[in-house]
Amino acid sequence: MTFMKNIINVVNLSKSYSAGIKALDDISLDVGKGEVLVVMGPSGSGKSTLIRTFNGLESFDTGYLEILGIRLDPNGDEKNIREIRKRVGMVFQQFNLFPHLSILENITLAPIKVQKRQKIEAQEHALSLLSNMGILSHANKYPSQLSGGEQQRVAIARSLALKPDLLLFDEPTSALDPERVNEVLDAMRDLAKKGMAMVVVTHEVGFAKEVADRVLFMDAGRVIEISKPNIFFQNAKEERSRRFLNQIIK
Amino acid sequence: MRISKGIFVQITLAISLFLLIFILFNNLYVNLINKQIGFTFNWLLRPAGFALSESSLNYSPSNSYAWALFVGWINSLKIILSSLIFSTLLGIIVGLFSKSKNKLLRKFSSIYVGLIRQIPLLVQLMFWYFVVFLGFNNSNNDHYSHFFSVSNKGINILNLNLTTEFSALLFGLSVFTGAYIAEVIRGGINSVPSGQWEAFKSVGLSEIQGVFYIIIPQSLPAIIPGLTSQYLNLAKNSTLAIAVGYADIYAISDTVINQTGRAIEGFLILLLSFLFLNLIITYAMEFLNRFVIANQNRRIR
Repeated sequence: MTFMKNIINVVNLSKSYSAGIKALDDISLDVGKGEVLVVMGPSGSGKSTLIRTFNGLESFDTGYLEILGIRLDPNGDEKNIREIRKRVGMVFQQFNLFPHLSILENITLAPIKVQKRQKIEAQEHALSLLSNMGILSHANKYPSQLSGGEQQRVAIARSLALKPDLLLFDEPTSALDPERVNEVLDAMRDLAKKGMAMVVVTHEVGFAKEVADRVLFMDAGRVIEISKPNIFFQNAKEERSRRFLNQIIK
Repeated sequence: MRISKGIFVQITLAISLFLLIFILFNNLYVNLINKQIGFTFNWLLRPAGFALSESSLNYSPSNSYAWALFVGWINSLKIILSSLIFSTLLGIIVGLFSKSKNKLLRKFSSIYVGLIRQIPLLVQLMFWYFVVFLGFNNSNNDHYSHFFSVSNKGINILNLNLTTEFSALLFGLSVFTGAYIAEVIRGGINSVPSGQWEAFKSVGLSEIQGVFYIIIPQSLPAIIPGLTSQYLNLAKNSTLAIAVGYADIYAISDTVINQTGRAIEGFLILLLSFLFLNLIITYAMEFLNRFVIANQNRRIR
């Protein structure tokens, strides 16, 4: 099995917890270069579990998983996982910035320690990323001094510092005050325009309509449908998808 | 008006306290005089007359009691400081084992901590002395012996010669305290949110790099208070040296009190010497704590 064009290949991926509950149930999907895939679904449907398997934060039981041409085993080969993590960025719901490091140190730690880049060069790169995110003036502050939206933009800058080929977003705006959501979504729109491949777990319908190339809808660990956003939001193929959309769009 | 009332209460309290202490000491002093024992430290300058099994300083039986006690205090300091270093290293290693992905290391950590905490320290010291160190044979004939050797005469590392008593005490105290420190370290690491582990993994840091750069710095505020308690316990537990015949301050005071009959003065010296020692440990750790807290406050507006 080789899928040279895709950066994510998933075939028949399954994972169950000890109680027999299926977190992931026979999932197959692919993501191409530069594609933006938005993952939607009710809570507990396995969205987060799915994208966390993409950088090895979550293991799986059976199936085939290949990220950026690197095969991941169910048991998780440590060497392959680290190789993937160096090339895949992740942004979390709770930001997870390192509170004891300055904004600049948060961003430069991995480039210096993992990629062994020169400190000066890593700092210059970090400052340009912060400038793109519109938060250059915060470089020497600490995370607790920033608002949620600013912290999340720092987290995005941190995930970009290793010059990744793929970004994973796990509900990036769910923990934000409503008036702070757009500044983060704007930064993500910019990235999509620049051709960054992204998998985004989110409930932001506007963002999905505008930015997604495809929308994946999950329920109870299964893929219900994968459609283009205009089809999904106006005329979803599956009854379960339509019911979900009716509930979130009033 | 309220302020002057407060001060009045404080002054009354202070005077009563001093009065109470004065009465107690006066009572003691008068009784000692009446029984013709007296309260004096003159005897400190008389020759001790007993030999010491171990001394880092020049000492002979013709030296004074004061000098013998000082040598004992230095011996205590020696065993406390070296056990402190070894137990800390051991505690950090075992504490990190408990968070390892390796099942065998986790198991080792929990068995070690479980076992050590169930057995009285005195029994453990006896074990290290009689079973382990006195159990070695006397032969030092193998060709490594001039670099490193262990025998029933103790441990030899190059020119450093550790007596059997010191070695047994060092192992006993370090292994015992190490188990408690491992738990303090584990608790500290658990205080760091799991999102921090996920974040450092996601940016490609290795487990060791992540623990060193991300987890340990954030767990220090939770670790230091517990560590201070363990260090103070270690210092106090070192008085069990008398059980394996190591000449620490307590063992020497015991002999001195027996010979001179000066129990009250002897215990006063013992109390003050431990007070002094533990205050040093407390202030050193307090300094470390302030440094860590100050570093944290810098991050919050």
